[in-house]
Amino acid sequence: MPPPRTRGTALRHRLAELRGPDVPAKALDARALAALAANPGCARRAILDGAGVNKAALASALGAPSAFGQSQFALTRGNAFEAKVKADGGAELLRLVHEKLDRSAEPPTGARVPDLTATGPQGRTARTALELREAGAHPGAWTLLDHPMLALDVAGSLAFLEPDAVVVHPDGSWTVVEIKSFPLLDGSADPAKVGAAARQAAVYVLALEELAARLRPAPRVRHRILLVCPRDFSNLPAASAVDIRKQRAVTARQLNRLTRIEEIAEKLPEGTCFSPELPADELTAAVESVPATYAPECLSTCELAFHCRTRSREEGAVTSLGRPARAELGGLSTVAEVLAAARGETGDPADPAVAALRRAAALRAEALEAAACR
Amino acid sequence: MTTVFDPSAAAGQATDAILHDTLHGTARGVVVDSPPGAGKSTLVVRAALELAEAGHPLMVVAQTNAQVDDLVLRLAEKNPELPVGRLHSSDTDPYDKALDDLENVRKSAKAADLAGLAVVLSTAAKWAHVKVDEPWRHAIVDEAYQMRSDALLAVAGLFERALFVGDPGQLDPFAIVGSEQWAGLAYDPSASAVTTLLAHNPDLPQHRLPVSWRLPASAAPLVSDAFYPYTPFRSGTGPGDRGLSFAVPSDGSGPDRVIDEAAASGWGLLELPARHTPRTDPEAVRAVAAVVRRLLDRGGAATSERSSSPSPLTADRVAVGTAHRDQAAAVRAALSALGVTDVVVDTANRLQGREYDVTVVLHPLSGRPDATAFHLETGRLCVLASRHRHACIVVCRAGVSDLLDDYPSTEPVQLGTVVKFPDGWEANHAVLAHLAEHRISWRP
Amino acid sequence: MSLISTLARLEAVSTGRAQPAATVRHRHLSDRPLVFVPLTTAGEAGAPLGALVGTDRDAPRLLAVPQPRDRDLRFAFLAELADVVLPYVDGCAEAVEAAERTETDPETGKRIKVEVDLCADAPQLIVPSRAGIDLVRLLGRSTRFRRTAEQDPQAPYPAPPRVPLLGRWLTHFGERARVPGSSLLLAMTDVLGRHWATGQSTLEDQHLGALLAWIDPPEGETGAQAALRAELERDERGQLRCPPAGPATDPAFDNKLLAPAIERYDRARTALAAAEDGLQADDRLGALTAAEREIRDLVLSRTRPTWDAVWRGLDRLRELPEGAHVEERWTRDRWSFTGHRDRVLAGEPPQPRRDDAVTAANKLATREREQARLEAQEALDDPLVMAGRRLSGEAFAGEVTDVVMAYSESKRPSPRPLVTVRTDDRPHLGERTKVYRSLGGKPQSAEFVTAEEDGAYVVLRILDKMGRGKEPEPGSVPEKGDRVCFTLFEHEQRGGAKLPDPEETPWTHGGPPGEPALEAADPVTEEDVL
Repeated sequence: MPPPRTRGTALRHRLAELRGPDVPAKALDARALAALAANPGCARRAILDGAGVNKAALASALGAPSAFGQSQFALTRGNAFEAKVKADGGAELLRLVHEKLDRSAEPPTGARVPDLTATGPQGRTARTALELREAGAHPGAWTLLDHPMLALDVAGSLAFLEPDAVVVHPDGSWTVVEIKSFPLLDGSADPAKVGAAARQAAVYVLALEELAARLRPAPRVRHRILLVCPRDFSNLPAASAVDIRKQRAVTARQLNRLTRIEEIAEKLPEGTCFSPELPADELTAAVESVPATYAPECLSTCELAFHCRTRSREEGAVTSLGRPARAELGGLSTVAEVLAAARGETGDPADPAVAALRRAAALRAEALEAAACR
Repeated sequence: MTTVFDPSAAAGQATDAILHDTLHGTARGVVVDSPPGAGKSTLVVRAALELAEAGHPLMVVAQTNAQVDDLVLRLAEKNPELPVGRLHSSDTDPYDKALDDLENVRKSAKAADLAGLAVVLSTAAKWAHVKVDEPWRHAIVDEAYQMRSDALLAVAGLFERALFVGDPGQLDPFAIVGSEQWAGLAYDPSASAVTTLLAHNPDLPQHRLPVSWRLPASAAPLVSDAFYPYTPFRSGTGPGDRGLSFAVPSDGSGPDRVIDEAAASGWGLLELPARHTPRTDPEAVRAVAAVVRRLLDRGGAATSERSSSPSPLTADRVAVGTAHRDQAAAVRAALSALGVTDVVVDTANRLQGREYDVTVVLHPLSGRPDATAFHLETGRLCVLASRHRHACIVVCRAGVSDLLDDYPSTEPVQLGTVVKFPDGWEANHAVLAHLAEHRISWRP
Repeated sequence: MSLISTLARLEAVSTGRAQPAATVRHRHLSDRPLVFVPLTTAGEAGAPLGALVGTDRDAPRLLAVPQPRDRDLRFAFLAELADVVLPYVDGCAEAVEAAERTETDPETGKRIKVEVDLCADAPQLIVPSRAGIDLVRLLGRSTRFRRTAEQDPQAPYPAPPRVPLLGRWLTHFGERARVPGSSLLLAMTDVLGRHWATGQSTLEDQHLGALLAWIDPPEGETGAQAALRAELERDERGQLRCPPAGPATDPAFDNKLLAPAIERYDRARTALAAAEDGLQADDRLGALTAAEREIRDLVLSRTRPTWDAVWRGLDRLRELPEGAHVEERWTRDRWSFTGHRDRVLAGEPPQPRRDDAVTAANKLATREREQARLEAQEALDDPLVMAGRRLSGEAFAGEVTDVVMAYSESKRPSPRPLVTVRTDDRPHLGERTKVYRSLGGKPQSAEFVTAEEDGAYVVLRILDKMGRGKEPEPGSVPEKGDRVCFTLFEHEQRGGAKLPDPEETPWTHGGPPGEPALEAADPVTEEDVL
């Protein structure tokens, strides 16, 4: 169990206020932490996540419910696959770790699989830490931690994370294992899904590194994780090593930047609260008091996206059409501004953005006219 | 005990080892990584001459006609007697007219016309059309990191063994259509030639040139750390070996102050107020032009290890680098409005392999509302930040650091591909952090 | 995104309707396309749940898998799909025309012309969205290595006879779809998105219902309103009124409707198996049929709106005149189709799991060439596309203001007239840059000589297509007052260098791959999902 932090007590208090009286903080999991990198420029997302606001509940209360859901078929199959991978004391899983990451080590036979049961996340975290330390006392042995629990300091509060598995190698180093239910087809897998898995694993690696740093000697946390997926069209496991150094660097930097939620919180009006219990108009005002940087990619990564999209469209923001839409528009950022400039109604013709827009508009009109005459 | 680093000795050892493996080794390939200005062309020319002297017929593969012509000129300069063949395309103006003045250089569009010459040089594209009954004993493949795997596939049957030379830090080759389907395969046709070569032949001897003779002591550590973290290099010159001074004192303007900062420290950042702008940001473009104008007007003189007396900083020793062609065009127009017509202004792609005393760079992310993968590409920034012998001046709008922090990193990951390091995002942060120490804020 | 397309999107926002992104149709549309609207089961790699398929918009064939985890039912689905797809494909292979092809003579190594059959038409498969194309590939991959009882009497779970062949064709469709400009397999969202700019992002355009809402909004509604309804509106049971175009289903559908229906089906089946006498079995068979009927109805309810949307999209696309080069590209599709037909007839094995080095490089080269061809042809066919190239400095248009006759400096001087063009465009012209214009469908080349008055006047030297004589042939040189359009890009693509044969793969690329062994079928396990 990491020592309690004194820094940020005031912030924690402030964040609790933002969440609303008696509203429990929504625990940040690795997926949520990894998603921080999806739109790190968004102050709204940063403060809501930082304060542990349940964004799905908030979105519903705002009248723009999120469309995320999981099919029970996917869930059932995912669980069945994970159980299969970990069957027989994780024999197959350990075999894959040995084959893909640590061939020079002794093949795993009779690995240690300690019991990690404990009460509450704190208890489970302590238990995991204990067993990881204990594993260090068994050099030459393989240890499999099935669903360990890790804690990570996120902007002053603890997030509890539950990787699918962590393996301790005979040399004492640690590997994160991610078990996913998308297939590994002829050795390759959906790159978007692998990317998401890598970002998630990077969060676990960071948490393990915090823990490792407190041990003497500090064990090495490997930067190649093991991704286990069903092979081709079967549900036999196949695995691939994934280098997560890039994702680790990005996530570490974004986590450090999360301290800026303090600045964001300071700028909020006194009494701001995001409790889903509040009337919709008050809630809307509270949410609007934090600027968002909406882009269409948010639709697949943030529960609040439909609300922000509506706002962004109402404001006529060009970025609601996609981030690249703004690239050539210079200082112009709304639909009306751009169209007026293109039509020659406003804008400085010496501004290259305005000049280019007018040329584009003229060329477009000329082409459409030519086509109409055909 | 500390040993004094002797750059000449280190570079000489590396070169000897490379030449030994090339001339006497048993491996079919030798790979040489060469950081910016580490004497890659010198190595290629020397290896070519030694192979030719040893009586080994040699083919040389480069990627562009300009690179081929440059190598031909260098070869002829070192050994005017050597019979050299320049195989060229049948387009108009297929080679540099300067080759016509070289007596022992034969030019032809047909490989058969050049049979029997000691060295035959051409582009990969042209070699791909050549058929031989008997392969060449030796080849040199230049700029191998900028060559695509499929281009190597087309020519590798022409030679038995080869020396592959290139700079891994510059711009990667690319395909204009998706090639994800082959990602992770050792012979992915869109990968770089060296990636494929090493994936199939992991035991080939690999060397690296450890010293940059171009980059000054002020630049080599930054460029090495930011772009070559696992293959570091040093500068061939020490802190005091290069100097840049100006006869005309500063007038106190932003351009003059940044010039003085860069003359003193090797780096200068002229930072304009934060603002979202189109690519051809007129203020930034004018600022670049103003810096160039002042560089030329102030009677600059460069001292270096090359000569005992200072050499004047003339227009041909200055270049401007941009990310996009329209930016280069805008800078050229702005320069010509200031009466400057003979300074090279080009994009990173076209500045690869070139060298100047002072470069002025329009930062790829300046004024942008968003960062994109194109603008974050490591190689682009690396090329722009490593063309200079004395100083590099970057012109940029404020706010790029935030732009980088706000960049969504949700890249897909292809299984089985080697992660390229460093990441453009990190390299950009590293360069910006360093430039911040040499910042001159200026409101034009 | 080019400024012209950004502007079109912004216009769409302000007018509430999609705006043209093309003035002609850039893809071939068959008179009789085969539309395929598939659904899959969540969490399993491409396990089919059902589909609508057919060539008659009023009479689609409904296929459904009442228990997606049942291997036999899945095979039955694939067999039924083969019964629709293969006759359609065969129908296109019947009529052939004589054509010439250049081949390398195996004995002399010379390039010679040979007369071959070219199928007069080719099949065209249309799926709703890009994910549909991925599924076609996945189905192809999962079925082409299957063994039928005839091929391998020992096969533990033999596939129905025509399923492996279906897999080979689906694989061919899927690979061809990666070639720019090809039309054998199209995703409706891609084709619509090519021709219209909506007031939403390209990500949102992936939703066929929302995309069509912008292109064809209902009376009295803006595209934005209609698109929002298409995306989000749900009925009293919490189901989307406009179901996603698949192949993935909405989780709310899976959990609330599908899962209970499958459970009922499973129960009915278990009950039937446990029936003790004929009478009881009859009753229980009735219950099973009813349970199956229910799932079929559910599949139909999720696919029919998409089916109709695809045909509506086709209607809108047919209103556009076909681009001038579309037929030429379709002929390439016919070659591709004919080639695969011949490989199947010749008894060649199915496409391997992975390309060898030479095949991969050849494919990449072809696709890059086709991409360049497509970009050039679309610009030549469509003034709106050309406008984009003009804006980016890759082409310029204007009026000829002066023509001065000049000649080459050779023993037999040829005409090299100097033509001055007045233009508002700002092309990226450098010293002796080559430019091209279309002259009777063929490219005529010229080179840049000089620019005057800040680029408003461009002087060019015409280089070819003027005949053999001293005087240019009539009409081959632009005249004063003519409107001309020159491009900096070439109109026709040169063939690349020939790569070595696979058996001559060099050491740098792993050496020859060895004899192509017949690839083994995927190992079959008790718990396969497909």
